Amino acid sequence: MIGDYLPVLFVFIMAAGLAVLLLVLTHLVGPRVKDKVKLSPYESGVDPVAPAHTRLNIRYFIVGLVFIIFDIEIIFLYPWAVIFSDFIKRSPFILYEMLFFIAVLLFGYIYVWRKRVFEWE
Amino acid sequence: MDTFDLLATIIKVVIVFVTILVTIIILGLAERRVSGFMQYRLGPNRVGPWGLLQTVADGIKFLFKEDIIPDNVNRPIYLLAPVITMIPAFMTFAVIPFGVPLEIAGHTVKLQVADINIGLLYILALTSVGVYGLVLAGWSAGSKYPLLGGLRSSAQLISYELAMGLAIVGVIMVSGGLTFNEIITHQQATSWNFWKQPLAALVFLVAMFAETNRLPFDLTEAEQELVGGYHTEYSSFKFLMFYMSEYANVITASGFMVCLFFGGWDMPFIDEKALGHWGVVLSVLAFVSKVGFFLFLYIWVRWTFPRFRYDQLMRLGWKVLLPLGLVNIFAVGLWMALRA
Amino acid sequence: MTTILFYLFSALLLGAALFVVLNRNPIYSVVGLVFAFMNLAAMYFLLEAYFIGVLQVLVYAGAIMVLFLFVVMLLNVQPDRPHPGLIHPDRWWFGIMALIFVSLFLLLIGQGVRALLTSPAEDAAGMGSVADVGEALFTSFLLPFEIASLLLTVALIGTVFLAKKKV
Repeated sequence: MIGDYLPVLFVFIMAAGLAVLLLVLTHLVGPRVKDKVKLSPYESGVDPVAPAHTRLNIRYFIVGLVFIIFDIEIIFLYPWAVIFSDFIKRSPFILYEMLFFIAVLLFGYIYVWRKRVFEWE
Repeated sequence: MDTFDLLATIIKVVIVFVTILVTIIILGLAERRVSGFMQYRLGPNRVGPWGLLQTVADGIKFLFKEDIIPDNVNRPIYLLAPVITMIPAFMTFAVIPFGVPLEIAGHTVKLQVADINIGLLYILALTSVGVYGLVLAGWSAGSKYPLLGGLRSSAQLISYELAMGLAIVGVIMVSGGLTFNEIITHQQATSWNFWKQPLAALVFLVAMFAETNRLPFDLTEAEQELVGGYHTEYSSFKFLMFYMSEYANVITASGFMVCLFFGGWDMPFIDEKALGHWGVVLSVLAFVSKVGFFLFLYIWVRWTFPRFRYDQLMRLGWKVLLPLGLVNIFAVGLWMALRA
Repeated sequence: MTTILFYLFSALLLGAALFVVLNRNPIYSVVGLVFAFMNLAAMYFLLEAYFIGVLQVLVYAGAIMVLFLFVVMLLNVQPDRPHPGLIHPDRWWFGIMALIFVSLFLLLIGQGVRALLTSPAEDAAGMGSVADVGEALFTSFLLPFEIASLLLTVALIGTVFLAKKKV
């Protein structure tokens, strides 16, 4: 079983090797003429104003949090989906189990919707 | 694992890797030629016959371009970001089967690099790690456009990851397994999942375009607002690495779509496994032509739909695709319960 | 082969974890933690706990760490603030924390070793597949599963309530 994963290791080595190779190649081959203006950050042609790293909008943070919770919910769906076709032959109880689970989470979803988290104005 | 299997695996890894690289080169040209065709112009046609060597020439030019590292970047992260983007992009294709198993000298060689028992989740997991490349590239550049582009793209990617994850659940329910072979064999025995779950296919298709950052969802590099998005400050091969990763993701997403909803290597009305070596050739051809169609669709859609606005994008992901994905799951569940 | 890989991934995991703790730049720490989680996932795979391994990548590396990164970027902490030094009279509670941590750590290790000595680890083959997890989750552990939905909902509402509060 674990032997099935050996190709994944090979693919990783290939991908990482290619990425590092490209990085090194371009470093070695390309010309290098340093220039104060060239090395300044791009700001549509004018001198940069104010540092680039300022405090970010909290909205990204909220989207990240809501994402984690729904991601975990979806992960619960995978083992359920795998055994579903076997269990449903015996009784529809397996469907009700998940209906209840989703129904509870729907309250949260509706709350978040009403709180306008999904509106990006 | 004996010597034959080990050798076969190494050969498969190399073949698949080279094929992806060649497809990226072809796709780079196809993108421009098809765009030209759709806009009633020619596109690049000077380098080699039909412009076939255009992308190769572009690649060489990239190599000889100056490797600019701006002054106020965070060097380690700035150099790490393209690597982080590229590794998952080139790893995901490994689990996608591209034909029926081949019989050589008493050995069975699966036409798939890694047949692992959690194939679908492998792709989802690696895709979710791909977010770091973009967000770190944007942050490390120490410039405003990349930072905004990287943040926007990461919020977009995580939003559409949910829709993509939900669309897959319906497919797992009918086939009862997480490996691609189970899913394709099930479709071969019954019918393609597209006919049974068109809603899931639609949700997946939209999420797939958003996950690969392609138009109409290419808000990460919306030129008019964000210049080049997260890779504004990248030049030469480092820029090329982002470019290649995007195309590699496009290829894998097309392969993923084909396997989930369009029967993978299955050619309708033909039993490939009974035809011997010709069956193998036929199945690979079927897979390649299906993937080719979706690659074409990517370019077609690009010139058909205008770009979404960011608030529309978020609304579509959270308020439309997410409920639709859930509806699909329970429709499939109900249908299976009634049939049982 | 698996033994060599186990030691390789353990070494990388510990190295990454040390990097996370000892580094001054929070962004570097986040990247190091992601790398540590990837190695942890690889170790789960070596233990043939495939589902847990892939969840480690999907949830911890792919979701929670993205949030960490957002938080670090949101706060925009400057790494060049002067450091008060590890040993300082104001930091007496450091010592207490370290003492509690070390004693707990030793206790757990002792228990693990004793369990291994009395009853050797069973072969867990076939325990890590998704179908096995599903069967256990939707039969024996149904109640905890349904309660998890309640927990997730509370977390969701709590998050949005706090974040959207007018200050």
